Amino acid sequence: MDNILEIQNLSKSYKNFTLDNLSFNVERGSVMGFIGPNGAGKSTTIKLIMNLVKKDSGNINIFGLDNLKHEKEIKEKIGFVYDENYFYEELNIIEMKNILQPFYKSWNDTLFEKYIKEFELPKKNKIKNLSKGMKMKLSLALALCHNAELIIMDEPTSGLDPVFRSELLDILYNVIQDENVSIFFSTHITTDLEKIADYITFINKGKLVFSQPKDEIIENYGLVKGDKELLDSDTRREFVSIKETSFGFEALTKDIVNARKIFKGKGLIERASLEDIMVYTVRGNG
Amino acid sequence: MNIIISNSSQHPIYEQIVTQIKTTIMKEAILPGDALPSIRSLAKALQISVITTKRAYEELERDGFIETVPGKGSYVSGQNKDLIREKRLTAIEEKLTEVVTESKHLNLSLEELQSMLQLLYTEEN
Repeated sequence: MDNILEIQNLSKSYKNFTLDNLSFNVERGSVMGFIGPNGAGKSTTIKLIMNLVKKDSGNINIFGLDNLKHEKEIKEKIGFVYDENYFYEELNIIEMKNILQPFYKSWNDTLFEKYIKEFELPKKNKIKNLSKGMKMKLSLALALCHNAELIIMDEPTSGLDPVFRSELLDILYNVIQDENVSIFFSTHITTDLEKIADYITFINKGKLVFSQPKDEIIENYGLVKGDKELLDSDTRREFVSIKETSFGFEALTKDIVNARKIFKGKGLIERASLEDIMVYTVRGNG
Repeated sequence: MNIIISNSSQHPIYEQIVTQIKTTIMKEAILPGDALPSIRSLAKALQISVITTKRAYEELERDGFIETVPGKGSYVSGQNKDLIREKRLTAIEEKLTEVVTESKHLNLSLEELQSMLQLLYTEEN
């Protein structure tokens, strides 16, 4: 399977934060969710991919090409959706589009018009008067109308309501009906877009925790709940981290099958959500 | 064809799809040669990942229920009638084995069991 994005040993240091030797790949035609708590290094990674900040070391290949040497041709085929507003607030949608359009050789104006209509965006309104959801839709329309093969989104749903988030999910499902398109998005709200993700890459404190097919993660991790008497030095070792209260314990295991054997008939064993996995892993690292 | 995914089920999503499509085929609600939805459109309809639907289709293909023509799509397999019959026979055999074991526990004779079965069989019609 060919990779549309390859990140190898990527590092970047700031005064209070280090992105440490990060490596993972995104397959062509797949959707990857990039998760981690605030400050884990998600935005830094995305800025490095887009060459908005300079890396200290490591390699980033996009479409098989080095992201620095071939920056211009790579960016032609990337649709970038940023969480902060990077538009000129005083312009309206059409004026903004007219500024961006010349940067892309394969700009498709008919497609842009189609999205504007579909997303019900008011063409003549100044961008500063658009709601957050509308700005996000504008950002998407601009990202989707130049035949991009890789859609990169940094926290596309932060601050948006559940109705919009579900709408965004539908839009993304339409986008991936084309099997050449890959989507890479970051989020700290795991329940959001996790439905559509084929793979999950999880980072914490600048380090990779895992990069795996989502189904594998969901099938392997588990939550064990029960009486604190079940915890001893042996059983404790089974867990990523344990939360103990005066009423019992709750703990995360990476191996639900083994946990079922060990705690057979004692304690409750459930599937863990990505949110559980994130919370318990971050706590275990703290 | 109906496919209903439960998020709280013990069974993984791909398995739920496999079971439900198999049932649909067995009930002949979809027939040999009928096209199945594409992997990507099914993922969209069920709001699950493409990889999950792909895995379900691969499983169905391996079990001989569907065939995939590259570039065209997936279809209900033509030869599966015998296969399904075979599978159903195996299922009946398993259930009968259970009945026999249980009967032996209760010291029920073969004759008694046969008459019980006869009664049930004729009653059904």
